[in-house]
Amino acid sequence: MSISKQKLKQLVLGTATGLALSITSIAQASDTIKVGILHSLSGTMAISETTLKDTMLMLIKEQNANGGLLGKQLEPVVVDPASNWPLFAEKARELLSKHKVSAIFGNWTSVSRKSVLPVVEELNGLLFYPVQYEGEESSKNVFYTGAAPNQQAIPAVDYLMNEIGVKRWVLAGTDYVYPRTTNKILEAYLKGKGVADKDIMINYTPFGHSDWQSIVSDIKKFGSTGVKTAVVSTINGDANVPFYKELGNQGISAEDIPVVAFSVGEEELSGIDTKPLVGHLAAWNYFMSVDSEANEEFITAWKSFIKDNKRVTNDPMEAHYIGFNMWVKAVEKAGTTDPEAVQEAIIGVAVPNLTGGLSAMMPNHHVTKPVLIGEIQEDGQFEVVWETSGLVAGDAWSDFLPDSKDIISDWRAPLACGNYNVKTSKCSGQNYE
Amino acid sequence: MKMLNVLKADRGGQIFLLLLLLIAVVVPLLNQFTTADNPLHISTYTVALLGKYLAFALLAVAVDLVWGYLGILSLGHGAFFALGGYAMGMYLMRQIGERGVYGDPLLPDFMVFLNWDSLPWFWHGFDMFWFAMLMVMVVPGVLAFVFGWLAFRSRVTGVYLSIITQALTYALMLAFFRNEMGFGGNNGLTDFKDILGFSLQEDSTRIALFVASALALALGYLACRLIVTSRLGRVAVAIRDAEDRTRFTGYKVEHVKLAIFTFSAVLAGIAGALYVPQVGIINPGEFSPLNSIEIVIWVAVGGRATLYGAAAGALMVNYGKTYFTAALPEVWLFALGALFVLVTIFLPKGVIGLFRAKDKQT
Amino acid sequence: MTITNQIKTVVLLLLLLLVPGTPSFADTSEPKLDQAVELLKGKKFQQKYQAIELLAESASPQAQSILIALLERRLFKLKKTKQLVIAEKQGKTYKIQQAVSLEELGEVKKRALKKISLNNKMRTLIRSALASFDLKNPDREKRLAAVKQILDKADLEKAKIIRPILAQEQDEEIAESMSIIIALSDLSSDDAKQRNSAVTLLSGNIHPSVRNALNQLQQQTDDKALARSIKQALDSIDAKLQFYAVIENLFFGLSLGSVLVLAAIGLAITFGVMGVINMAHGELIMIGAYTTYVIQLLMPDSIGTATLIAIPIAFVVSGLVGIAIERGVIRFLYGRSLETLLATFGISLILQQTVRSIFSPLNRSVETPSWMSGAWEINSALSLTLNRLYIIVFCLLVFAALFYVLKKTALGLQVRAVSQNRAMARAMGVRSEWVDAMTFGLGSGVAGIAGVALSQLTNVGPNLGQSYIIDSFMVVVFGGVGNLWGTLVSGMSLGVANKFLEPWSGAVLAKILVLVFIILFIQKRPKGLFPQKGRAAEG
Repeated sequence: MSISKQKLKQLVLGTATGLALSITSIAQASDTIKVGILHSLSGTMAISETTLKDTMLMLIKEQNANGGLLGKQLEPVVVDPASNWPLFAEKARELLSKHKVSAIFGNWTSVSRKSVLPVVEELNGLLFYPVQYEGEESSKNVFYTGAAPNQQAIPAVDYLMNEIGVKRWVLAGTDYVYPRTTNKILEAYLKGKGVADKDIMINYTPFGHSDWQSIVSDIKKFGSTGVKTAVVSTINGDANVPFYKELGNQGISAEDIPVVAFSVGEEELSGIDTKPLVGHLAAWNYFMSVDSEANEEFITAWKSFIKDNKRVTNDPMEAHYIGFNMWVKAVEKAGTTDPEAVQEAIIGVAVPNLTGGLSAMMPNHHVTKPVLIGEIQEDGQFEVVWETSGLVAGDAWSDFLPDSKDIISDWRAPLACGNYNVKTSKCSGQNYE
Repeated sequence: MKMLNVLKADRGGQIFLLLLLLIAVVVPLLNQFTTADNPLHISTYTVALLGKYLAFALLAVAVDLVWGYLGILSLGHGAFFALGGYAMGMYLMRQIGERGVYGDPLLPDFMVFLNWDSLPWFWHGFDMFWFAMLMVMVVPGVLAFVFGWLAFRSRVTGVYLSIITQALTYALMLAFFRNEMGFGGNNGLTDFKDILGFSLQEDSTRIALFVASALALALGYLACRLIVTSRLGRVAVAIRDAEDRTRFTGYKVEHVKLAIFTFSAVLAGIAGALYVPQVGIINPGEFSPLNSIEIVIWVAVGGRATLYGAAAGALMVNYGKTYFTAALPEVWLFALGALFVLVTIFLPKGVIGLFRAKDKQT
Repeated sequence: MTITNQIKTVVLLLLLLLVPGTPSFADTSEPKLDQAVELLKGKKFQQKYQAIELLAESASPQAQSILIALLERRLFKLKKTKQLVIAEKQGKTYKIQQAVSLEELGEVKKRALKKISLNNKMRTLIRSALASFDLKNPDREKRLAAVKQILDKADLEKAKIIRPILAQEQDEEIAESMSIIIALSDLSSDDAKQRNSAVTLLSGNIHPSVRNALNQLQQQTDDKALARSIKQALDSIDAKLQFYAVIENLFFGLSLGSVLVLAAIGLAITFGVMGVINMAHGELIMIGAYTTYVIQLLMPDSIGTATLIAIPIAFVVSGLVGIAIERGVIRFLYGRSLETLLATFGISLILQQTVRSIFSPLNRSVETPSWMSGAWEINSALSLTLNRLYIIVFCLLVFAALFYVLKKTALGLQVRAVSQNRAMARAMGVRSEWVDAMTFGLGSGVAGIAGVALSQLTNVGPNLGQSYIIDSFMVVVFGGVGNLWGTLVSGMSLGVANKFLEPWSGAVLAKILVLVFIILFIQKRPKGLFPQKGRAAEG
């Protein structure tokens, strides 16, 4: 209380003018190519997104060490949208119009992507989105390097049905658009395969749900009819730990009722005591345990960059790896970072992925990837038990939903539409006329 | 006439309104009539940002009205703000028409997607601007009225009232998260195209919204100032300082509280309606109890029971947030947290308190 | 790569053809065993399933040891010689022995070995195979586990093995399970009398396998009398199941309630007794949880002890942080209770970010001690999970201890005195500043203890605190500020109400309904369940 009011007053005024000056000051024009990184570093999503920010910083550092891009150095611009969805839009605008970045790598949740979408479309930016998502979208300005439902959910269900002989299904998810869509697609798919209504149980829980006693007990009852039952889990992030703990404690092992998850990767497992989880499954396009040279290099580089020998890698990191390299290649191909040119150049660009193959950017702005199914091991890693024979191309509009099965996406001329209805021959959404 | 008299006695208010006027005129001019390489140029990004701050400032004024002058620490004003926002969002959603992803002329995309075959009853009428604007005020107003009527009548006060306002916004958040509710679930409402026929992506629309926000803030401020200087406002202050005494003196304490609380909620709803088209999304996160606490903090930082202080606090804290999330992304929470602690301890009257020549007894 | 794999497969297939074609060696070297060993080295899971079946049929002790080694992930292939070996980790190297002959082969490095992969189906097959071995095991526990496994999986093929050994079984529990398995297999018998007696025996047995089998038979049979007796049997089963479902739900409610009480009870002290709205309360819980994590890191070999030790340490750590908050910030704000909310909200942001900087934003893995995992199986329809059970008990202990401190100790007396009339207490010589610090420390310390308990149930991460803070406030306000009993009763009743609403409304709606109920309840009784009486209530 002893600080004099006068001094405080001066301090406040001083800071205010300082800040006010800085808003108008134009970022110094230098000879670098700016890359925006739009991942939450605080708030609820920091848990997942901070790693992706670090991944991008590593990739940019490596690229710079190898001579940069078009003879210039890359300069990362990191902002924190703080897990606040409107702030994502604001920060995207800041990156594009104030910092003039050439591309944005970012977002995790669907809602944050939906929030940013109008901004990147308006300002004609480039956004590389690295997380598995629900599909039903294809924007001229967004490149979806994570899995579409047909690159994760459908193969996983096929595996359970054909290899494990599962006949009863629990579709459990967090109540938001990704699980809703995935479950809708899966429900249609399962019914198409002759699964009866009574053999499908659908359950939604709120974000961060922590008391799973009743639901796990219901699943246990649902699964004790003598018919092989499995849980397809689209449970998000934080809710997983209490969910798996409850499964273990109520004595449901992977042999009784296997759980296949689409949002549980190595990083999530590093926060869980994995002993009771051995044998539960996850479907991804990449596992840290994959045996390939590229992967080994990537892991070594990551561990030395983050200065932690125990840090793990995961699927969205690989998606950024693919997305960043595609962008670099497309810029080199186009000879400029102009978004319009890059959008055109990037279609068809193929770069090595970490599982030993080549991933290519498709005309619908999704990429080709292998689908792997792994079982959780005691050390928190996955052991691959099944994989697709080749690469699967991401499908923006699911063939299993009545409203979207007639819609295709192709951003090449002459169609140049992300939302083209082949029946009515009309383009809606972004290029609506 | 009365307004002028009120303003004459309100030095802070004069400065505040003058500054507001200045911004509302200069910012659009600098945006439109200077080129990007001019050091004085204000980008459209900044205009939209300032517009958002002004909407927040109006919200802060609404909170200050009940907290500063009535002594009700509402931890649920975010709910009224969000409801106003949703009403506006619903109008904007209906304007998309068949430009949506699935091209349905009537149903918003998320409804097509969730297999709704007809528009739920509460979505009707929102295609008309006047109706939506009415709802922006009516919905938060009615909720505040019912809630206040229950709470004030049973004399729930102090901390209890704060906590149940928090419960209110928390319950609404959970409800709006549910996809069955018909408000788009976690994703909320987004991908707006235009308002009253003007594209939201046009600079001119942005400027118009910015000016509208400034105008709404000015009018909101004047209305609040009028209330607090009126007889009603003096009774309110009496309630704040000694509720029982006021009651025993014969005033209908409940009625006064209810009137001011409801008005404040309507104001918050309007702020929400201005906020949504400028940020382009409304989702249940706005109902989060933490947001409501943050609003209270803007008021505290600026200075309680001054009205303009609340507006200034909202501007300062939000500007700080914008600046620090970009400049110091890793540690900005330390700065924000420390700011709250320091302000409450060292500046109980907020930043404005430093500049007021003499503390008037309000 | 792929070509060599193809060659390998071809060679393997040739071997498969060859092995049955050389029966002359069969007597001495167990062809099934050899064949299985070859199949296990293969890449395809189909081959491995076959191998496990062969091993089960061979019934030799080597087969059993190979299966166990496979299940425990100790079965490897030597990369060079392609021999199947069982390996034992010894420091940095592995001691290996040939899988069939058990010949010692010395020590090798990890690189020289390739682990034989394993999936769920293999695990199921192995356990089923091992169960048949174990049925004759002299160890009672092993036999019991085997019988249970067969019953749970309704693996009725095994009835053939069980039938002859049932008479020799001494242990009652095992014999009972065995006779149920036999009765289950009798249900599909052609002999009507045998079927009927099986139904009678199974009537009222609540094991899911029994219910499934009866259900199935009811749908298939044409025998009306049998159908009737099955219906009776099923009805008696369902009545029992319903009863246990209610008990189970009550248990769920109480355990949710005790989590709420644990999280809120520290707040009941700082908020209820002192009138400080401590928004950083959640972060104090979080600190307790992180303390558990750190202690477990320091004592990786004795997780159980570490978790127990963490309780007092978490109390001290959170308590000290609490005292620091009180001395550094809150003491300037007494009398401005609503403003403590703002300052402590700032502190909560700082604490969260501090944890993020120190421990990274990722969740940390806190292990569950072995004595806390699993469930207490009362019968096959009702089992209470141990961690929840411990937490209920723990909650009651904490409550009792706190109650004792506040009611029976000198500190408690002073705390109550200061909270009721600060000026008078000071006049009587109570060092009110010291009491404030101690009270806040006590409340914070209890939050830390709650953190230890929560670390066993949920994520340990920077967001831990935020997810409990609002619920905690609701519990305290609903119970009545300043009343420990109120907190206990309100936490427990909210927990139980939530769990009884959940089955028909879903988790989210249940929570909304409870919140609406609290809002309405406060209208009716503005000071909570147990309002404070007298002068303090007016403050």
